[in-house]
Amino acid sequence: MRPAGNEGRLASRAVQAAFVVALVVLWYLGATRWGVNPLLLPNPVAVLGDFWAILISGEFIDDLRVTLGELAAAFAIAASLGTVAGYLVSRSQYRIRAFEPLFAAVYAIPIILFLPLYVLLFGLGPASKIALGATIGFFPIALSTVAGFGYVDKVLLTAARSMGASDYQLFRYALLPAALPIMLTGMRMGFTIALLSIIGSETIASLAGLGHRIVQLAEGMEMARMFAYIIFVVAIAAILNALVSALEARGKHP
Amino acid sequence: MLARPWVARVAVIVVLLCCWEIAARFLVDPMFLSPPSRILLSLPEVFETRGVPAALRVTFSELAVAFVLSVVIGLAIGLAVGLQPFARKSFMPIILLLYGTPQVTILPLFILYFGIGPASKIAFGVSHGFFPVVVTVVAGVQNVKPILLTSARSMGASRWQVLRYVIFPHMIPSFFTGMRLGMTGVLLGVLLAELYVSTAGIGYFTTLFTQNFDPTRLFGLISVLAAMAIVLNEIVRRAEVHFGRWHTD
Repeated sequence: MRPAGNEGRLASRAVQAAFVVALVVLWYLGATRWGVNPLLLPNPVAVLGDFWAILISGEFIDDLRVTLGELAAAFAIAASLGTVAGYLVSRSQYRIRAFEPLFAAVYAIPIILFLPLYVLLFGLGPASKIALGATIGFFPIALSTVAGFGYVDKVLLTAARSMGASDYQLFRYALLPAALPIMLTGMRMGFTIALLSIIGSETIASLAGLGHRIVQLAEGMEMARMFAYIIFVVAIAAILNALVSALEARGKHP
Repeated sequence: MLARPWVARVAVIVVLLCCWEIAARFLVDPMFLSPPSRILLSLPEVFETRGVPAALRVTFSELAVAFVLSVVIGLAIGLAVGLQPFARKSFMPIILLLYGTPQVTILPLFILYFGIGPASKIAFGVSHGFFPVVVTVVAGVQNVKPILLTSARSMGASRWQVLRYVIFPHMIPSFFTGMRLGMTGVLLGVLLAELYVSTAGIGYFTTLFTQNFDPTRLFGLISVLAAMAIVLNEIVRRAEVHFGRWHTD
């Protein structure tokens, strides 16, 4: 039977809390009592201590700056090129039918495959991560811009024209408000996958950055510190995603 | 001449390839960029490189195994969570939270736990692939109209019969959507792990070709992998279109 109303929600929350607590308790018991190799599972207390030490000492700042800098550059490139390309394609039905399938087809390829090429072309430094993040972020932004501008209700445009709207007015008051919500969704998706691919490419081949730091700690077998960094990066990603989602929601309902 | 959209599409691709060819032949250092004609001609050479065909075969089987496991695990968890309203309300937030975390941060852990062989790549692929299957299966189960369930039950259908004749047929379209998204995730996870491990498999050869400044073979190897990804994507996409078509609301 479906538990009704508040009671059911409370029970759900209780199950969720119990699940998380059970996981942490199992982790603790596994690390301390059952003798799981600390190289595979470090003591959660040690992880917490290291996490705190990382936050206090501020040693994360250099790596964070590298990763965020790459992300900002990649997203700026992806957003500007993606909106321009998408807008140009969206201006005629012919171009939409010609190029939208092309974008969609490339978008379906796992672009992370090109990382070795980018490393060869741009080196191990930030440039290859920026290029990869920009490439991966470009496609959802371009596709959503095409979808936003390309499928605006014809009635709206005809009405605006017949009331004497100039090109600028048509763009500002008819096209843009219709396209913006879809574009913002595309931008959020582009941002999220650019972040993922930048951390991923730092993990695979790089000289600095948060992904690089995790790999370094893994290779040095500093497991507690590595877990602490993983928690840190997951938290950073969650904060960034929440921030972008909030911006998206604000842009849609100003 | 440009009456058909695909003509323009092909024309743009050809122009881009020509630009690439000219740039690679006359403008860019051949240590970094190779013209597409030479890449195409040297594809047999890539396959003759010792160990490359084996690495490609291993990668393909990793993709296949990871995809099957993702679908099976995703379907099992999706049904277990989706069929019970209480379980759905309790566990879906946790599943969505895990789905949203960047799993690439724990890639080194997968290698530590499962080694540098196929097991770690399969596990990492599954960790990317089964979440979308779970989410779409839950959504598919949820979308079955309550009136169908009630009428089936009132006509005396057993639990299994409700599952077999009402719920399964209704979740087929979203199940295939989930399989397509799962394939995207599996490709990403397996290829990430393959590239990360630089001492064996595909990652060894991409690192080798990069360090030897051999763009021809690097481009060739990556083109073969991209072709593999495109074919796998296309199979599940066709299946999605095929099985989504009959469903009318």
